[in-house]
Amino acid sequence: MEAVTFFIAAIVSLAGACGVVFLRNPVHAALSLVATLFGVAIHFINLEAYFLAAVQVIVYAGAIVILFLFVIMLLGVDRAESIKTDPIIGQRQIAVLAVGGILVLGALIGVAFSGDVTGVPPESAQKSTYEGGTAINSDHVHADDEIRPDENIKNIGRALFSTRYVFALEITALLLTIGVVGAVVLTRRPKGELEPLPDDDPPAIYQDDTTNLNVEVTEEEHSDTTEDLKLNELEIEAPDETEVSSE
Amino acid sequence: MTNLVWLIPAFPLTGFVLLLVFGRRLGEPQAGWLATATVSGSFLSALGVFFGMATKPPEERVYEITLFEWIPSGELSVGLGFLADPLSISMVLFVTGVGALIHMYAIGYMHGDPNFSKFFLYLNLFVFAMLMLVLGDNLLITFLGWEGVGACSYFLISFWHEEPANATAGKKAFVTNRVGDWGFMVAMFLLFFNIGSLKYSDIFSSVIEADALTQTTATGIVAMLFIGAAGKSAQFPLYLWLPDAMAGPTPVSALIHAATMVTSGVYLLTRMNPVLAEAAGWSIDMIWIIGLFTALFAATAAVAQNDIKKVLAYSTVSQLGFMFVAVGSGLYVAAIFHMITHAFFKALLFLGAGSVIHGMHHEQDMRKYGALRKAMPITAFTFIIGWLAIAGIPPFSGFWSKDEVLLAAWNENKVAWAMLLLAAIMTAFYMSRLVFMTFFGEKKWGIPEHGETEEETDTDDDGTHQITPHESPTVMWIPLVILAGLAATAGLLNLPFSYGTKHLEHWLEPILFGNEVHVTASGQTKWILAIIAIVGATTGVLAAAFVYLKNRSLAKQIEHSVLEEAWRFDSTVSNFMGGPGRKSFEATTLFDQKIIDGAVNGVGKVTQRISTKMRSLQTGLIRSYALGMFIGAVAVIAYFVSRMGF
Amino acid sequence: MILGLSIGPEYYLALSALLFTIGAGGLLIRRNPLVMFMCIELMLNAANLAFISFGKEMEDLGGQLSVLFVLVVAAAEVVIGLAIVVAVMRRRPKASIDEVSVLRG
Repeated sequence: MEAVTFFIAAIVSLAGACGVVFLRNPVHAALSLVATLFGVAIHFINLEAYFLAAVQVIVYAGAIVILFLFVIMLLGVDRAESIKTDPIIGQRQIAVLAVGGILVLGALIGVAFSGDVTGVPPESAQKSTYEGGTAINSDHVHADDEIRPDENIKNIGRALFSTRYVFALEITALLLTIGVVGAVVLTRRPKGELEPLPDDDPPAIYQDDTTNLNVEVTEEEHSDTTEDLKLNELEIEAPDETEVSSE
Repeated sequence: MTNLVWLIPAFPLTGFVLLLVFGRRLGEPQAGWLATATVSGSFLSALGVFFGMATKPPEERVYEITLFEWIPSGELSVGLGFLADPLSISMVLFVTGVGALIHMYAIGYMHGDPNFSKFFLYLNLFVFAMLMLVLGDNLLITFLGWEGVGACSYFLISFWHEEPANATAGKKAFVTNRVGDWGFMVAMFLLFFNIGSLKYSDIFSSVIEADALTQTTATGIVAMLFIGAAGKSAQFPLYLWLPDAMAGPTPVSALIHAATMVTSGVYLLTRMNPVLAEAAGWSIDMIWIIGLFTALFAATAAVAQNDIKKVLAYSTVSQLGFMFVAVGSGLYVAAIFHMITHAFFKALLFLGAGSVIHGMHHEQDMRKYGALRKAMPITAFTFIIGWLAIAGIPPFSGFWSKDEVLLAAWNENKVAWAMLLLAAIMTAFYMSRLVFMTFFGEKKWGIPEHGETEEETDTDDDGTHQITPHESPTVMWIPLVILAGLAATAGLLNLPFSYGTKHLEHWLEPILFGNEVHVTASGQTKWILAIIAIVGATTGVLAAAFVYLKNRSLAKQIEHSVLEEAWRFDSTVSNFMGGPGRKSFEATTLFDQKIIDGAVNGVGKVTQRISTKMRSLQTGLIRSYALGMFIGAVAVIAYFVSRMGF
Repeated sequence: MILGLSIGPEYYLALSALLFTIGAGGLLIRRNPLVMFMCIELMLNAANLAFISFGKEMEDLGGQLSVLFVLVVAAAEVVIGLAIVVAVMRRRPKASIDEVSVLRG
């Protein structure tokens, strides 16, 4: 059974990954990311990491991807970008080469270590979580491999608050606080006029004739939707609109 | 009293500092009297030290005192110390004595000059430096004084620097001296390297007792020392600066270029006589050969000069040549004796010439002089005494000292003696020429020249159409009289008649370490040589009298233009330095600019070019950077995979 | 046959490698900043999978605990990254990441 689950979940994850990369519309890409995350959660369950499977679905698929979708909708980047050509010269070709190279190297590594994938288990894995260790199966009362989801979360709890990981845990709390504060600060509306970004010539490696057209088209279309936003950013465009309407 | 030796240089140094701060406020003539007072104080201290030394037995007449350690640098430890021994005290006595007289004279000569106090400031500084040169107990203090007198010579020659020719003359003196200084420095280095100390007492004890110098080293040291001496004492070919140095005020010429600075070379060689004794023959021969050549060369040039000071300048060069002949022949006492008498009569002659120039309202061309003895009697009288001294007429001092030098030449080489005698005859000739043209004969002043009106000939603006030369003020003729007395009687220092009268020889014995060469001629030979010298000198005087008093037309044949330009040596050197010399300097500058600077700048340019190329990596595009990182990661992994064993 | 196949860690690691590679390729190719972020999330997930499979192999809870921390950090990173994207891209609705190239020499 495990094999069947593995292959199905593997196909789902890979399909989702390809979707993220190749779908032009960002919303579609976000949805295929959800598919990948679900596939990975199933893999976690296969590997008896029950708590983490749940966390994955709740946090990743349930919060982070939603956040992505919020931002996509906010910025209005729901238009497709042309994926046919790459403005940076040689980017695509070298990227393919590099990716191919990584695969080849990975295969080589796999071949080299076939039969002896992992090394020596660490010392802390010998002790049960009751004793401050990190062994997966702490209760050796159950000799057979029964599915015990509640044991997993208890073990994780005990191991997490042992001396080895408790400091990291507290730091993650701090990290999340910093993240929240940073997000609030970064996204505040600035007071006063924003300086325009410099409009120099792009570097020689960047050759693009297509985006300008798109910009003109989409800017006009967007002036309707962005009217609803605060007007102080769009002072440049507002007089244009009034002129157009007066004509 | 010998422990007062430090007072001797302290007086002029104090004078220098006081004049530096207060000179302008003191003004004329107080600044001059202050300067004279300090040098006189120096002279009195020197007298005190001298009497202190004279009362001691000869072995104890050397006195060393070190004030403090000046340079403590590893193995080299040089102290600021003074060495009072017979040689240095003799020099100090005449330097300060003649110096004080010249200071007094200058108060009158520089009357009305806007930079009056600056002049005395420099004069005091010069005396200080000269005293350090003479009194130093190690070569480095002597060198300090050596350089100091060179610098002061530059200041004083170009005193009236608004005239570009004067500034150039000062520069020439300094640069030529510098060439000689190089020799001195190399000699110092060699001595330090071989002996380990620069102190005279250490050097002498090492050389005499411990035989520390090989003959080759000693020869090298002597050659280098002679180069230094030739620069300072104006021997060929480094004499060029002395005739041009006459651009300075006459007291400067008298003090520096007659009595004191130019004798430093002779002093140095006499002081280092133990090293000279160790050197091979050719270096010592070089000394007297060059001295002899210089003596003749300068004498021929002096015959044709028309500027009164230039005659005296070439005469100084010639007389210095005499002194070097004596040093090279090993008779140091003769050299020192001639140095002392020369100081007296040459200073007298220069001051007298200054008096004439002052009286003739700064006219220096002798062709405009004539029959001045009635207008300036005291000047004429003292000048005549100086003239007789330098011509070598007994019983004046010049005869005795010149006779000693001729004896030294006879002892060395008979041909050298003959040539030196010729130089002595020429000395008599040109000095007599000077005196006859200036003080005797018909007067050539006050006569309007072709085209000049009567007003233009009235150079003293008294309404009459004649320049009236006048006698100099008191403060100027008192030194003349004193010097005349000294020039007349200084021969008593070292009369050759018997052992008992050779005072200078006995006095200088401790510093000679037995290196004085003894003349092998018999008493009879000496009498004959003396009579030949007297005859020669008289011939010179009479010849000059004939040409310049009786038959002037012969003068043109004698005063060849080549002689006047000193065989065109000076102009040849100038043309060489201006032409090929300058080209080679410019080539060196070009080399420095193009190659050395080019290499340094080239490094900068190459760096710039490389960085411009590398700049293109900084595109600012995030995806390029991501690609770069990825490629790097692939490379690292590939490296590790390649090291795995399969 | 396929039902009885025992899935060892090699399978999970191979899958993890594939996911990672796809994510990396997407990061290099896509121009939309938000899609690039999603590719980064892909890569992180691939790493998590590898952690868990090694943890199971070693019978060590350390793998799972590491994944927990990776998750927390990924969340914080997404928050800040999206805030930056919002701050920069706010005025240019149709934005490609190539236009944010001010820091060049």
